[in-house]
Amino acid sequence: MAFDWHRPLESDSLRLTLWTALAIAIGGIVLLIPPFFMQGTAEPLPGMRPYSALEQEGRDLYLSEGCSTCHSQQIRPLKSETDRYGGYSLAGESVYDRPFLFGSRRTGPDLARVGGKYPDSWHWIHFDDPRRIEPRSNMPDFAFMARRPLDLSLTSRRLEVLKFLGHPYSELEIENAVADAEAQMAAVAASIRKDGLTLDETAARSETIALIAYLQRLGKMTEER
Amino acid sequence: MQEAEAQSPYDMAVVRGFALSALVWGTVGMLVGLLAAIQLAWPEWNVGPYLHFGRIRPVHTNAVIFGFTLGVVFAGSYYGIQRLCRVRMFSDTLSRINLWGWNAIIVAAAVSLLSGYSTSKEYAELEWPIDLALAVVWIVYAVNVFGTIARRRERALYAAIWFWIATVLTIAMLHVVNSAAWPVSWMKSYSAYAGIYDANIQWWYGHNAVGFLLTTPILGLMYYFLPRQAGRPIFSHRLSILHFWSLIFIYIWAGPHHLIYSPLPDWAQTFGAAFSIMLIFPSWGGMLNGLLTLRGAWHKVRTDPILKMFAVGLTFYGMSTFEGPMMALRTVNSLSHFTNWTIGHVHSGALGWVGLTCFGTLYYMIPRLWHTELYSRRLADVHFWLATLGIVLYITPMWVSGVTQGLMWRAANPDGSLTYTFIETVAAIQVYDAIRVSGGVLYLTGMFVMLYNVWRTVAQGTSEVPEPSRTPPDAELSAVAGGQ
Ligand code: HEC
Ligand code: HEM
Ligand code: HEM
Repeated sequence: MAFDWHRPLESDSLRLTLWTALAIAIGGIVLLIPPFFMQGTAEPLPGMRPYSALEQEGRDLYLSEGCSTCHSQQIRPLKSETDRYGGYSLAGESVYDRPFLFGSRRTGPDLARVGGKYPDSWHWIHFDDPRRIEPRSNMPDFAFMARRPLDLSLTSRRLEVLKFLGHPYSELEIENAVADAEAQMAAVAASIRKDGLTLDETAARSETIALIAYLQRLGKMTEER
Repeated sequence: MQEAEAQSPYDMAVVRGFALSALVWGTVGMLVGLLAAIQLAWPEWNVGPYLHFGRIRPVHTNAVIFGFTLGVVFAGSYYGIQRLCRVRMFSDTLSRINLWGWNAIIVAAAVSLLSGYSTSKEYAELEWPIDLALAVVWIVYAVNVFGTIARRRERALYAAIWFWIATVLTIAMLHVVNSAAWPVSWMKSYSAYAGIYDANIQWWYGHNAVGFLLTTPILGLMYYFLPRQAGRPIFSHRLSILHFWSLIFIYIWAGPHHLIYSPLPDWAQTFGAAFSIMLIFPSWGGMLNGLLTLRGAWHKVRTDPILKMFAVGLTFYGMSTFEGPMMALRTVNSLSHFTNWTIGHVHSGALGWVGLTCFGTLYYMIPRLWHTELYSRRLADVHFWLATLGIVLYITPMWVSGVTQGLMWRAANPDGSLTYTFIETVAAIQVYDAIRVSGGVLYLTGMFVMLYNVWRTVAQGTSEVPEPSRTPPDAELSAVAGGQ
């Protein structure tokens, strides 16, 4: 019978297992390994710097709160997308993203280039209650983050691990991570206050401030802060 | 056949444990899914730090995939492998570690995700200590399965076992590679890969999680339980062989269809799309092998709720494996990607194929595990209809909503400017989000009907069995293996 060749596999579990392992390995080897060795798959853009200590803290909060369940960070090369969100996403822009945050569902708008689109104070109000800015929004409010002081106990450790994984931080940046984060936090809080909002001491050092610092960096990877 | 099983020498305690835990996680996971659906339609339902959509959604996906679906897969494979090999599981201790370890992991997953510990990589959100535990428990399962197969008293390995072997191997490989990370603290780590490399590996993982958690092990359940419930051998052994090897080989290549129009190199995107199209054939091979097994038994399907679940489950499998390849075409994906169309596709597979097949499996096993009859076939029938109606009310609005929003995003005025602001496209789909909630309510009501039915069945049955001495041949195995 034509399928006799398969009989040995059906009675020899080791052979069946080895052939199965081979079948599932090939696709992965072809798709996953070459990109690491191909020139130009992902080079940092000229002048691009990794996230500052505060921005990295904000990014990690973005993961914790699951912002990526509703927001993509990947603008496709389609006219309707570049018109709405700005230039399409380049591989080089995400070389300091661990993990990547392209997203798979756009319940809210793409955020890949949201940096600089609004003042810090806009974000402050928006996180406090999105419906004060956009009554039809279904984004949850994140008012609780404004009452949580940002935990800086792991800040330099974060940069240390990222440096170990290949991000270009200097020893000095790692050593000064907390002071650096404090300074950037003060700058963000000042810009919010300048727009007439009152922030108490907790609010001015809260998780929301770090999140805003991160968002303002999106799409602006090559600019000094 | 039931008498033979009543004096079973097999370890059924682990099967009972996983069957019950799957019912619990299924109920919890779908309740959470319903909450997520409500939050999208009515955002006031988001509460505080722990119960807002961003944290709830991964709890839903983890509970239904790892708690419910895999719970049924563990139960069904422990049930089937022992009978197909005609030997008790390799080690009762490993079975216990598998049962309790796995459920502890799901608890840890739910608690840690709600507390904000998440890597954000879809279906791989868990932080590194839980990932390590998961790997260990998976290896325990693997040793137990291979140990049992090595000691088997039946020479031939039946198709269901091939699919379970493929599941064990592939999930181990995917999990270890994709979860590689460097710890920052006890509950925080950074991915070993960055940017586009991370994306490539994550969707190799993510797509094959669909392939080897929501497809191959479920096909294993179908291959084992459907022929037994129908009392007929599987339609074609050759078709089993052809579609098994082509399915597992092709699946691995299709991951990049999640990254179409992304900065991933074009050649990889092309591979992803091309292999997605090819994937229709082995997928439909499996569907046809299942449906054609029912030929000559359709009169039974009309009256038997379990067969109805398998038959309609297979039909949804066919539907979503036709839809998937279409969505992998660049033109279609440019519209469907990022919209509720994907969510509709996901749930036609998840609620239709995975859900109904798992329900059918549980209804088959539970009376046998407690040595009694099902308390009520009528209620099982009611469950079937509630679930089916729920699926329709879930996926139809998602398709309409996905296409509506996709078209609105790209709509342009004569002068070339965009017609709609983003928020207008959010407001336009609110009504569909609301209809989806009613679908979820129906599906979940079916789940509660099942809980009641199972509770009554367990109450009237017994798990005590006199310790028997020999392993009876699986009553229908000879007939099954004889099928061509
Ligand atoms: C339930 C889905 C959902 C979640 C979760 C969510 N958002 Fe949103 N987001 C939206 C929607 C819808 C909008 C558009 C309406 C509006 O501005 O509120 C939006 C708008 C925004 C905007 C304005 C974008 C623009 O270009 O106008 C920013 C910034 C933003 N969200 C950030 C976040 C961050 C940060 C998080 C996580 C802490 C988050 N969102 C979580 C749904 C969500
Ligand atoms: C009562 C039943 C269910 C309801 C109401 C429900 C609801 C939801 C909701 C609201 C989402 C988020 C959609 C979005 O982000 O726009 C979701 C996502 C998801 N659900 Fe369910 N769900 C149910 C059952 C299931 C089951 C049984 C499974 C799997 C076996 C499942 C698997 C998933 C997956 C994989 C996703 C993520 C989809 C993606 O990322 O594209 N769901 N569900
Ligand atoms: C031939 C088989 C299939 C193919 C080719 C296929 C293809 C696809 C494509 C193209 C997407 C959309 C990716 C995007 O635009 O983001 C997708 C999403 C998805 N599919 Fe399928 N599909 C198949 C079968 C199935 C089945 C049977 C299930 C079972 C439940 C399933 C579950 C999912 C899930 C969960 C997602 C969402 C992933 C995410 O974004 O988080 N698919 N699939």
